Amino acid sequence: MATELGPTPVKSPASGGTPVHHGPKGVGEDNKILSQGKWATWLLAPTIIALAVVIVYPIISAIVMSFQKDAGLDPVTGLFTAGGPAGFQNYVNWLAQQCAAPGGGTVACPPGTLGGQFWSATATTFFFTVVTVTLETVLGFWMALIMARTFRGRSLVRAAVLVPWAIPTAVTAKLWLFIFAFEGIANKLFNTSILWTGSEWPAKWAVIIADVWKTTPFMALLILAGLQMIPADVYEAAKVDGATTWQRFRMITLPLVKPALMVAVLFRTLDALRMFDLPYILTGGANNTTTLSILVINQIRQGFNAAAALSTITFIIIFLVAFIFVRFLGANVVEQSGATGKGKK
Amino acid sequence: MSAATAATDLRAQQDRGRKAAQNKEKWAQGRTYVSAVVVLIWCLAPAYWMVVTAFREVGFTYDTSILPTHVTLDNFNTAFDTSFGNHFGQALLNSVFIGGVVTVVSLLIGVFAAYALARLNFRFKFLVLGFILGASMFPGVALITPLFQLFTNIGWMGTYQALIIPNISFVLPLTVYTMTSFFREMPWELEESARVDGCTQGQAFRKVILPLAAPAIFTTAILAFISSWNEFLIASQLSSDATQPVTVAIASFAGAQPNQIPYTAIMAAGTIVTIPLVILVLVFQRKIVAGLTAGAVK
Repeated sequence: MATELGPTPVKSPASGGTPVHHGPKGVGEDNKILSQGKWATWLLAPTIIALAVVIVYPIISAIVMSFQKDAGLDPVTGLFTAGGPAGFQNYVNWLAQQCAAPGGGTVACPPGTLGGQFWSATATTFFFTVVTVTLETVLGFWMALIMARTFRGRSLVRAAVLVPWAIPTAVTAKLWLFIFAFEGIANKLFNTSILWTGSEWPAKWAVIIADVWKTTPFMALLILAGLQMIPADVYEAAKVDGATTWQRFRMITLPLVKPALMVAVLFRTLDALRMFDLPYILTGGANNTTTLSILVINQIRQGFNAAAALSTITFIIIFLVAFIFVRFLGANVVEQSGATGKGKK
Repeated sequence: MSAATAATDLRAQQDRGRKAAQNKEKWAQGRTYVSAVVVLIWCLAPAYWMVVTAFREVGFTYDTSILPTHVTLDNFNTAFDTSFGNHFGQALLNSVFIGGVVTVVSLLIGVFAAYALARLNFRFKFLVLGFILGASMFPGVALITPLFQLFTNIGWMGTYQALIIPNISFVLPLTVYTMTSFFREMPWELEESARVDGCTQGQAFRKVILPLAAPAIFTTAILAFISSWNEFLIASQLSSDATQPVTVAIASFAGAQPNQIPYTAIMAAGTIVTIPLVILVLVFQRKIVAGLTAGAVK
């Protein structure tokens, strides 16, 4: 009865009863959202406040610091010079690889100093990121495809891939340092006599191999979880239609696993861009294995404010990469993680 | 007559077809096993090498026989020996303490946020989710510089709180994120029935949801503890000999001779640090994998 009256609003002022049917429902809904919003505020407040204290405050503080001069001893006069506003000088110094010159002004940083390493550290960081993430994606996909099959001992494999993940990175670094030692097992196994941590390319590959070993399992598990979301009857239907294995992989597996894959690649990329532990312990940053994170750490004890500028640059680089991923490559993490909640509601 | 031949022909053909299919199946199965063995060796061989070296006499550090030889427990004594300036025993306690506090604090704060994000409808929900996700991918170096200066100024360098607070910055987002995905999977109809039976939302949460959520919270706690246990960057800069966690202790582990790395002792220390984690991870394998991949795929 009420539903029949509903679409005719003309009647409502006359009877006065019709709005009652619509009104309370709408108001109730509003109240519900309002009270849920209030609840949400209270429940979220501790987390937001905690994150504001431990993350937002340091970021702002770092940005403020990055516009200050570092106090220190003047190399020429030997006198203590106070800090003070520096404008963009710290940033310019890093980007143009300029160092403070004796008697004021700046000159190109002499080789070997921290100031002269910005672009090489950036190149190293991106090189590590591209190579490790590519290798981890390919190997991780392969491992995931194996673990998705049914065979006896599958659970053993699934357990085994968790072992490298569970070993702390610091221990991983020492373990691979030992494996790559001159008299170590790697040289024995491959019948080589390479000083792995002694020159540029072996050192870089040592870091890459250790990183791939440690983090491929994580990649594999994320991709496997994506694979398991694909219903089996899709494959059956394709098989009946005569699709080859390769066609099934290209036309079904790849597009359907793509959202999970993109998120996994995004996670790993952001993680690789801040790589620190492995090269710091494995090579100490020698032989062109200094990443941006290592450069920041080395700079801290030589001047907070210059270090703050560099860490801000690093942060901006990582933020830009994340933005490009989400915006142009369709790695929509937030929507992905929000999807079930919305679907179930 | 001819019909019968046709029938046998057909059957033979079918047989051949079936055999070919079976062969193909067998081949595929064989390839799977070979690949699985390759994965097993790739994942386990380096870890195995660590354990084997940990039990090897120092004089045979570079022995390359695959099986355990020259077995000894000495390295475990050396790992805990403090005469060369190592503090591994203390570091173990520090790591347990720091990891414990970080985990408990993150869970206590994060469980409410996760509940709100999983269950309630409110404006800016995606903004909050995005903020928390962004926080979890935040580079540690962006925090370390201001914290280094701040903690130097207020005299907190080398204290426990100087290590605990930054750790919360990356463990808390992880906690909220993981628990949110777990909470979405829970049977919330029970909450509705509790409300129908006269519980307030708060009571429904405490009496019905929290017990149900215990496994999810436990898994999240393991993940939180592991990520705090593995932290190195911040600890390497802000800790002292007295407060350093195991990762720092192992990275700076010194031997009797300064230019000789005491690998067997380091591998022993590494084994001690790793074994509890590996056991924990293997026992709760299913839950951990679910927690790790939560949110990324669903």
